Amino acid sequence: MRYQPLNLGRRVLWSATALLFLAAPQVFSASFALTLMTQMGTMIIFALSYNMLLGQGGMLSFGHAVYSGLGAYLSVHALNLAGQGAFPLPLPLLPLVGGLAGLAFGVLFGYVTTRRAGTTFALISLGVGEMVFAGVLMFPGFFGGEAGISTNRVVGQPFLGISFGPAIQVYYLVAVWCFVCMAAMFALTQTPLGRMANAVRDNPERAEFVGYNTQHVRFLQLALSAFFAGVSGALSCINFEIVSAENVSAIRSGGVLLATYIGGVPFFFGPIVGAVVFIFFVVALSGFTKAWLLYLGLFFLLMVLYAPGGIASIILMQIPVIRARRFGELVLPYALAAGAALVALAGLIGIVEMVYRLSEQGANTVLAVLGLSFDARTTPPWLAFGAVLVAGLAALRHAARFVSARWDTIQQSLQARAA
Amino acid sequence: MNQRTMHTLRAAAFAAATALVSYSAIAQNIRVAYIDPLSGAFAQTGEQGLAEFRFAADQINKRGGVLGGRKLEVLGFDSKVSPQEALNQLKRITDQGIRIITQGNGSNVAGALIEAVNRHNERNPGKEILFLNYAAVDPAFTNEKCSFWHFRFDANADMKMESLTTWMAGNKNIKKVYLINQDYSFGHAVKKAARAYLARKRPDIQIVGDDLHPLGKVTDFAPYVAKIKAAGADSVITGNWGQDMSLLVKAGKDAGLNVDWYTYYAGGLGTPTAMGEAAAGKVKIIAEYHSNVANNKAAKWDADYRKQAPKGNPDFYFLRGKIMWEMLAKAINQAKSAEPKAVAYALEGMRHAADLGEVEMRKSDHQLIQPLYVFTLQKSAARGGPKEAKIDMEGSGLAPVTDARLEAFTSAQPTSCQMKRP
Amino acid sequence: MLPVLFSAMEFVLVQTLNGISYGLLLFMLSSGLTLVFSLMGVLNFAHASFYMLGAYFAYQVSAKFGFWPALVVAPLLVGAVGMLVERWGLRTVHKYGHVAELLFTFGLAYLIEEAVHLIWGRLAVEYRVPAELDGPLFHIMGSQYPIYRGFMMLVSVTMLVSIWLALTRTRIGLVIQAALTHPQTVEALGHNVPRVFMLVFGGGAALAGLAGVIGGNAFVTEPGMAAAVGPIIFVIVVVGGMGSLAGAFVASLLIGCLQTFAVSLDWSLGGITVSQAAPVLPYLLMVLLLIFRPKGLMGTREG
Repeated sequence: MRYQPLNLGRRVLWSATALLFLAAPQVFSASFALTLMTQMGTMIIFALSYNMLLGQGGMLSFGHAVYSGLGAYLSVHALNLAGQGAFPLPLPLLPLVGGLAGLAFGVLFGYVTTRRAGTTFALISLGVGEMVFAGVLMFPGFFGGEAGISTNRVVGQPFLGISFGPAIQVYYLVAVWCFVCMAAMFALTQTPLGRMANAVRDNPERAEFVGYNTQHVRFLQLALSAFFAGVSGALSCINFEIVSAENVSAIRSGGVLLATYIGGVPFFFGPIVGAVVFIFFVVALSGFTKAWLLYLGLFFLLMVLYAPGGIASIILMQIPVIRARRFGELVLPYALAAGAALVALAGLIGIVEMVYRLSEQGANTVLAVLGLSFDARTTPPWLAFGAVLVAGLAALRHAARFVSARWDTIQQSLQARAA
Repeated sequence: MNQRTMHTLRAAAFAAATALVSYSAIAQNIRVAYIDPLSGAFAQTGEQGLAEFRFAADQINKRGGVLGGRKLEVLGFDSKVSPQEALNQLKRITDQGIRIITQGNGSNVAGALIEAVNRHNERNPGKEILFLNYAAVDPAFTNEKCSFWHFRFDANADMKMESLTTWMAGNKNIKKVYLINQDYSFGHAVKKAARAYLARKRPDIQIVGDDLHPLGKVTDFAPYVAKIKAAGADSVITGNWGQDMSLLVKAGKDAGLNVDWYTYYAGGLGTPTAMGEAAAGKVKIIAEYHSNVANNKAAKWDADYRKQAPKGNPDFYFLRGKIMWEMLAKAINQAKSAEPKAVAYALEGMRHAADLGEVEMRKSDHQLIQPLYVFTLQKSAARGGPKEAKIDMEGSGLAPVTDARLEAFTSAQPTSCQMKRP
Repeated sequence: MLPVLFSAMEFVLVQTLNGISYGLLLFMLSSGLTLVFSLMGVLNFAHASFYMLGAYFAYQVSAKFGFWPALVVAPLLVGAVGMLVERWGLRTVHKYGHVAELLFTFGLAYLIEEAVHLIWGRLAVEYRVPAELDGPLFHIMGSQYPIYRGFMMLVSVTMLVSIWLALTRTRIGLVIQAALTHPQTVEALGHNVPRVFMLVFGGGAALAGLAGVIGGNAFVTEPGMAAAVGPIIFVIVVVGGMGSLAGAFVASLLIGCLQTFAVSLDWSLGGITVSQAAPVLPYLLMVLLLIFRPKGLMGTREG
């Protein structure tokens, strides 16, 4: 028996995650909060499966929703059949059906699409995605056409009083599957296949020299990724009790790409963060403002420009500093930058909301904030918000320089210490 | 108890009573949730319905509201024309305790909502929701997918085709008909109904072509127009809407295609503008209202609405919306309650003297039976068209002129609905 | 018998003309994309958005000054937007690699669409063919062929010829061609390669804008037009071969005619007629081609 040091950090992290999943609905118990968290759980699995392709395999795909959507379609049919009594299928096992369906399609499509890599692969995935989406609408017999296929998740006899009708039970089902899939996908990154996928991403030529068939590696990676995508599709089917053409649309594929990128492609937990943020933007924010798509697009662009490693990279960059116990020096610069950013954001939100109200033709152009109301058609609020925005940006520029100077100092001294 | 204490107590009681009264006055508002696209590509269509419904609710409130003074309130929720998003919104709606919902844009969304409402009502007795459908026309919702909690106020796709073909049957000039539709459930329904009903009423009419094209993806309709021309059609029946409608008519004009277009949705928001003068005299629509109908008892309502209409939605379009609100108010008053179950029982079977004739909400399938009009878009009178073409559509220079009025019974059809009542 | 033959000939002729004019419009759109990809290796997802901007700018300008000024001004405006995008966006992202560049243009496409929604609303706008170009060009056995389609063809061909001349005969064109394969050498020789990139990106955007000016009034000018035409131009660039302008030309005509003629065929396969599937055929062609011949028809690089 080889001695392996106890990886306390890993155990703490995984246990904390499990506790978080368990406790979250007790803290946020409103029905809408529950559905939000359930969707986050499903999206986490989907984004993690996507990152198996992009982050670990270096395969940019524009058609990943194909696997989750087709998995969802097969699950919904299985659920309907089970509901009619064709065969006993306990609901908690439905994601397995979705996963196997995803795997089957991953094998089917993957075999042809992974013959090429890079941009070519990306474009093939785009083409396949468009074809599947069009195909779904062309065969309404199986796919239910525009209306999709509806189902009822309360099927069979309740087990120990659990019928999965109430939303909280669905949340826990999704939470359990999410945890299991997270663990499984993490474990996969530690396997030889996972390592070789990384190798193929970084240097395919050298991987071939080592003796691995890059196409084979990519194919396996895609098939497994499609399995988890199918799982997430089935969970979405359980949550919404409907599957429609939207599940295979280019919008879904684009959405998971955005979510993964915002979270951070190079890191395992990046997509987890990204999925949470993405669902927040799309589902929660859209209830507060009509400009949610604009905010999401701007956020995404800012990430691409200034933080290509995503939110995860920003978090992880702080770790060495924290370890060296020098994070305290960064608190002030960060606070100042955050303050400036908030000011700029306030100005931006004001202007964007006013623009949206004006463009709506007939909407109430009178807005209120902090008890002060103003009309978007007059000039003063524009000047005010514009001034706030400009001031915020200028302050942000200074604060950013301050942060960067402090950061450089710390980095230099850390490097000097390491040297 | 001394004077001072009494005084304080009295003041406190008064304050409490006022607070209670004002709180319950707010709680007394009967809220209706409007679920339709309020962002994205179809936002303006969704805004149109919202604006017209808000107007209707305002008018009812001005006349004293319902149940002796309670006001009706409309709240907008964004469906993004996505079934799954609409279900998300439904969860928010039930969270807020709203019990009546209305929707129309997208039979896909409506289908999902019907199923969701059924499930919710089954799992939450006493907290049921009522669904008023004002525009989703998939025939299934009042046939195999009918539900006690769902009421449809628009003639469904089959009913419209029934009336349209009755009128076409009387027109001896129609000999060769071409069918072109969007390839999805609604397009399929239109195509199927057109074939069946024409065969029944005018077996001599030849169907010289039948095309299905992908929804919203075709930019160049010239090839389809060439086919229509080669087939020698004199009339085209299409359920196309939005861009698919306007591009088709424009392509027809470009190629010098001389046919009559029989449509459902050529009057939809934005389409007359996009078609432009290409449509004049050629495009016909079947619907329950247009602003130039004879004996228009809703003319004042129409004019009042236009006065306060938002710039992007200048026309009054949904007479069926007005009918829906009037019948809802009547049902609430009749049931002496705003509880969905009672209201539903009051609403089914109700007859109502609407502006253009009596309408009936059939008890068997919760489908409203109302008179329909076939009308042609002509150049407006201001631009040299016929004098009946007074009010034009969204400033496009095209104005509707009636070809025929079809009485309510013309469109009525048998139903396969087996409704289960609570 | 003869009338049937006659009408069949008329049909084929009209469909061929339709296919070619549609193909030429697609070429106008995809030429910019191919150029940018050849030079910078960037597959610009926002290219169709530039097409849309061209149509909207033309609508705005023609409403005040008429169509002919718009024909010149709108593409220049779009070109300016393109240059700004390159200078302030792409250049920053360039150091993060091709994937990041692609994603930047991806996000940009979303943003441009939202901006169009805000400024011009969500419905179609009335951008019309000018009166002098409206009407039949010639009558072909009973059908008429619109002047505007002829105009579209004329502009496309003129554009192809002028690009080719510009690239092969002018000095800047030669510098661009050199920078295609040896950017460092060109920079070492003293040419401002980043500025060349900016000009090319702006030029590509201007080409898309020109396509928008021409196509926006032939079809509908509305915020969904970018998403409607976007995937097709990718197909064309891929099928023609990434990096080849001539390939894009051939592929555009091929796909234009394919889509046009497929509509006319009523053969069916498994319950689906070919005409129903017509708009999906280009994707099928692209996927098959990518699998068996990823260089495309005339491509010089696999991408």
